[in-house]
Amino acid sequence: MNRHGIRAIYRFEMARTFRTILQSIASPVLSTSLYFIVFGSAIGSRMAAIEGVSYGAFIVPGLMLLSILTESVSNASFGIYLPRFSGTIYEVLSAPLSSLEIVIGYVGAAATKSVLLGLLISVTARLFVSYHILHPLWMIAFLLLTAVTFSLFGFVIGIWANGFEQLQLVPTMIVMPLTFLGGSFYSIRMLPPLWQKVALANPVVYLVSGFRWSFYGTSDVSVGTSLGMTLVFLGLCLVAVRWIFKTGYRLKA
Amino acid sequence: MAAIIQVENLSKRYASGFEALKRVDLTIERGEIFALLGPNGAGKTTLINVICGIVTASEGSVRADGHDIVRDYRAARSAIGLVPQELTTDLFEKVWDTVAFSRGLFGKARNDAHLERVLGALSLLDKKDSKIMTLSGGMKRRVMIAKALAHEPRILFLDEPTAGVDVALRRQMWELVSGLRKEGVTIILTTHYIEEAEAMADRIGVIDHGELVLVDEKDRLLERLGKKELTLELKQPLACIPKELADEPLELAPGGRRLVYTFDAKSDGAGAARFLRRLGEQGIEFTDLNTKERSLEDIFVDLVKS
Repeated sequence: MNRHGIRAIYRFEMARTFRTILQSIASPVLSTSLYFIVFGSAIGSRMAAIEGVSYGAFIVPGLMLLSILTESVSNASFGIYLPRFSGTIYEVLSAPLSSLEIVIGYVGAAATKSVLLGLLISVTARLFVSYHILHPLWMIAFLLLTAVTFSLFGFVIGIWANGFEQLQLVPTMIVMPLTFLGGSFYSIRMLPPLWQKVALANPVVYLVSGFRWSFYGTSDVSVGTSLGMTLVFLGLCLVAVRWIFKTGYRLKA
Repeated sequence: MAAIIQVENLSKRYASGFEALKRVDLTIERGEIFALLGPNGAGKTTLINVICGIVTASEGSVRADGHDIVRDYRAARSAIGLVPQELTTDLFEKVWDTVAFSRGLFGKARNDAHLERVLGALSLLDKKDSKIMTLSGGMKRRVMIAKALAHEPRILFLDEPTAGVDVALRRQMWELVSGLRKEGVTIILTTHYIEEAEAMADRIGVIDHGELVLVDEKDRLLERLGKKELTLELKQPLACIPKELADEPLELAPGGRRLVYTFDAKSDGAGAARFLRRLGEQGIEFTDLNTKERSLEDIFVDLVKS
């Protein structure tokens, strides 16, 4: 195992985050805080509690997840796309690194950023709404699993993308809409029966549901199903990454 | 000398069907400076990229420092440093950080003393805390070399190392390369500057259309394929080469005032002396004469043309 190599990639990526701290950390924290102010404090105070949880507190897990999903995808996709774009990828490809070590470096850094961001948002949310965490260990487990899974997904996007437009396409056109429609702001039980069934096709529903369960003990689908679906998505991402390195897709000629 | 790189029957075909390398066989000896020459698109960079693991070969095998580059890629790649043709580095990084990154990437523990030595040798030590974007083109080129040397490679590939750099810096790079060779580093360089190969290389390979058309020691190559030219500035212009001298390897320049006689560089000059006697017999006088040895560039152009 090339530990120095993994550390070099990880530290390089983390340094990039701190070089662009306004964009990487401050911006998502600020935008999530605005959601808390508008939907949590202002509008939320006039809305009925959902399953015994005040609306302001109800949306905390969903909003955390919204940031974690979009930032995981963005961080990991940028992390691998930038060296492809600038040509510096030659150094990684010519180094004595296995594909697993490359993935650990890039995806590990992206997931770390997302977890830090998630924790920062959870602390910030306290300033605007009161909430509690019923199962803190499960909350950390879901946070880690989601961050790693979507960072892997972002890594795949970063390899697939052939331009900055494509790089932005998936986070803004797919991940964000799925997260908004995945129960971040509501319980899918509030939807008409038909739309409840349609919503189950959205993988983010399972993530939000499991994550919210770790906070309040209530969920739209069973925790086991949430965990299972997340692991299935993680498995799919791993298969895609494995295929990329096996074929050299958009990495090696 | 033992081989440090062994390329056997190496081919690279792209998905488009383009064959960038055609059954290339090449052995690089430990400690030598090998210059790979070839026109644009000949396959020089593809060959380097296959050896370094950036491009996958279609067939054939490569061993670097005794290790197969596919089966034992870690050991093979650890021995190799690469300075690519393009200035590809993260412009927002500091010099020190990017060089330290390269060392880590190749699995080496932090060693500030070594990095300082490398940066010092490249006159970059005072720029170690500068962002790469603030450096001149020549300095950026040296940063690329520092990155390649950060992990103490035994083999160094320099792909067009002096493209676009001024004469002074080019000379400085040549000195650096000579210094590295003294330290035991094997150097393989591709270049468009034939004088560079002529000044530095022990052996020369010429690649064209993906085929290695020639590999030889530089001196032997110059001796084998080299020619000398004797140029005479004539007192009176000639309309054409006199028929009495038609059997001589002569060329009359436009205007008829310059006559060029080509002869074998290996010869003792007897042919030239005989030619000058025959010239006198024809009453052809000249005001000046000079001889010039055919350069590697002339040989290269001939090889690629043919």
